[in-house]
Amino acid sequence: MNVALPGPLNDNPHLDRWVAFPSPGKVTVLTGRVELGQGVLTAMAQIAADELDVAMDRITIRSGDTEKAPNEGYTAGSQSIQFGGVALRQACADVRALFLDQAAKILGCKTGELSIRDGRIFRNGISTGQDYWTLSGAVDLNVKATGGGERKSVADLRNIGTSTARVDLPGKIFGESAFIHDMHLDGMVHARVVRQPNRGAAIGSIDENAIRRAAKGPIEFVRNGNFVAIIGDNETAVEAAGAAAVNHVTWQNVEAPTPTQQEASWLLQRPVVERVFGAPDAGNPQNKERFEATYTRGYIAHASISPSCGLAVYRDGTLTVWTHCQGVYPLRAALAKVLKLEPSSIIVHHVQGSGCYGHNGADDAAADAAIIAMQKPGQPIRVRWRREEEFIYEPKTPAMIVKVHALLDDGGKPVDWTQEIWSPTHNQRPGAGGNLLGALALPDPPPEPPPNDVPEANGGGATRNAEPLYNIPAKRILHHLVTEAPVRTSALRGLGAMPNVFALECCIDELAERAGQDPVAYRLSITADARARAVIEKVAAMAKWNAGAPVGSGRGRGIAFARYKNRAAYSAVVVELSVDEDIRLHHVWCATDAGLVVNPDGVINQLEGGILQSASWVLKEQVRFDNGIGSFDWETYPVLKFSDVPEIEIELINTKDEVPLGVGEVTAGPTAAAIGNAVSHALGARIRDLPLTRERIMAALLTE
Amino acid sequence: MPKKIDFSVNGKAVSVSPDSEETPLLDVLRNELGLVGTRFGCGLEQCGCCMVLIDGAPEKCCTKPVGSVAGKEVITVEGLGSSEHPHPLQQAFLDEQAGQCGYCLAGILISAKALLDKNPKPSRVEIAQALDGNICRCGSHNRIMRAVEKAAAVMRAGAAR
Repeated sequence: MNVALPGPLNDNPHLDRWVAFPSPGKVTVLTGRVELGQGVLTAMAQIAADELDVAMDRITIRSGDTEKAPNEGYTAGSQSIQFGGVALRQACADVRALFLDQAAKILGCKTGELSIRDGRIFRNGISTGQDYWTLSGAVDLNVKATGGGERKSVADLRNIGTSTARVDLPGKIFGESAFIHDMHLDGMVHARVVRQPNRGAAIGSIDENAIRRAAKGPIEFVRNGNFVAIIGDNETAVEAAGAAAVNHVTWQNVEAPTPTQQEASWLLQRPVVERVFGAPDAGNPQNKERFEATYTRGYIAHASISPSCGLAVYRDGTLTVWTHCQGVYPLRAALAKVLKLEPSSIIVHHVQGSGCYGHNGADDAAADAAIIAMQKPGQPIRVRWRREEEFIYEPKTPAMIVKVHALLDDGGKPVDWTQEIWSPTHNQRPGAGGNLLGALALPDPPPEPPPNDVPEANGGGATRNAEPLYNIPAKRILHHLVTEAPVRTSALRGLGAMPNVFALECCIDELAERAGQDPVAYRLSITADARARAVIEKVAAMAKWNAGAPVGSGRGRGIAFARYKNRAAYSAVVVELSVDEDIRLHHVWCATDAGLVVNPDGVINQLEGGILQSASWVLKEQVRFDNGIGSFDWETYPVLKFSDVPEIEIELINTKDEVPLGVGEVTAGPTAAAIGNAVSHALGARIRDLPLTRERIMAALLTE
Repeated sequence: MPKKIDFSVNGKAVSVSPDSEETPLLDVLRNELGLVGTRFGCGLEQCGCCMVLIDGAPEKCCTKPVGSVAGKEVITVEGLGSSEHPHPLQQAFLDEQAGQCGYCLAGILISAKALLDKNPKPSRVEIAQALDGNICRCGSHNRIMRAVEKAAAVMRAGAAR
């Protein structure tokens, strides 16, 4: 039987790319999805345990490894379970079916008489003495999946749907070697890179003596074109030299971002590629009321808690790289181009880093290590970025302007919706190497990639969630893809979804207010999708939503909703806060429908994280440009503290009966908009620009 | 000839001879003593990933000269407990699944230990204040604070027995 395979299984059809039985009692499960702190390894183990009928503790997960694991591109876009998990589930079901066929052959019975319990095969409930491991010699997994293996019915799921302790947390809690930063290779030296300020910048002079004096220990310089690194046995000396080098290397052709470029408004009047989606232009009908509002957000940093790290060694014609990046195969392809090696002579292993939330410095740090390793054959190299280096050189999520144009019917409901967006790209992942920082400093840098953004088929970049899910007869998106940005921009959790949902969900509240309706009732009046209605109604019930609560009292509530990418999880959020000079979050309620949930506590953890990270973005975060990046540490780039966090209540609905939907990024947009709407409720004045700073609160109160 | 510096780490006497007395304690722990549980986060004493107890007081050690701890007692996350014998805080963090990427947790556990040593029954506000020197970027704050409350209750019950 051949049926359509889930995408990643279709791309990696051989079953030995997914499952192995390496020794008696042991199962290895391979996945292209990597652990970023989201708990994906645990979820994959749960899936495999159910479909193979083995205990969780028999399973070892091997992930993100170009030697063995499947190529699933990037671990991004809330797609790991929705696509990768579904693929693994089918692969395991196919494997199980192959073993049952083999057992039936040996035992001379029908497969329907057989069952598996913790890897052991039973016939009509009686042990057969056979198991995965006795049969594994006779079952060839180097065959293509057929999709014929029957997946478990919901009633038979034991691990899927059960909150399960994360397999990676104990090592982190007991202080074990858990992160790439903790890896040690024999004979390893430490390295720091003297960063080229921008593409095209050239070294003027290097005061090596001054850097050596600052190092207070032996160091060596490694140089190739404008790529300069400092290496040595003693990390303390190398770190000191790396910090000092900033002041002892001069550069030509430096382009430093200016304070004017810091604000989203700078994006207007820049060169753009015009992109248009949706309904034809509505013209200017005279019989419809028109509402327009413009919302903005500045540049935001990933601000991972650990600076990026990469290790590499070039030995006997093979380059081996260890990285915490999101895609080992794409990185391998980019490194092959940059280093002029065959991809087959590069091995890339994923090792966990701190949370990345998107494209941070991880790929670049790995490339740094690889470039140095190629110049020092046989010498293992460990690059760890400095804190300041991570803040300054990590790709930022771009500033965005979102202008909503709505035409309204007599009842104040939108009949025509245009979401007009100005944004630089959300995708400068390594590609063909043209975005790897170290490569840009080499003598023959790869060309600058042409302007692009994440394709709409993959959820879009700046256009992500730009289309309202509401019943509006005509909807369109105008995307001005800004092709000149003052800094490198790339993917951060949710990409354009946060600014788009902030804009459209704040706008919906503004329209409700004009129509004299309660925000919950107004949303429900233009929502047909039953699952969307369900999360909105659920969160309103959880929060005991009180229509008509007084406006401008200093304390307020706001609601917002989104279905991530309009095809992943549904989530509605209510926020309660108070505003005086600053905004104080009190309580957040969230109802989410992610379909079949593998690890409920894991999903709740992700939703909480998305809520708090979004709250941090909205209340505190904007990268400062000060003729250079002015946000270079935790004092110049403050984030949410323990004292700032609200109580959070989350409920999951519909967790069994529907296909799994990606959940890791869904709360960011609704949280941002719910905060925006709650502030408006508290103040009686609308703030449309993020972050919601004290200055903006004061300005809003003054204009009121 | 580098000077020898003697101190204790997790109850064991150690003697190190760094190139300089100014070498950060964090580098000595991680690179000389192989205790990698204390993490590097910023090197600026801002994020709290490198929190250790020095004579019982929580201190960030990424810029603390190793010479300054001569004769003192240093406790790192490895000194709190092990998977076989977890500290109540570690058990509570596991029970509450208090963490996402987990990079900040070693420092947070140390800050929490210092708090509970002084204040066995902290309020939520006191816990938050005690942890404000630690940054969690993933948004696990509420789980972490619940875990600290739970550990405090377990430790109080243990002390009462």
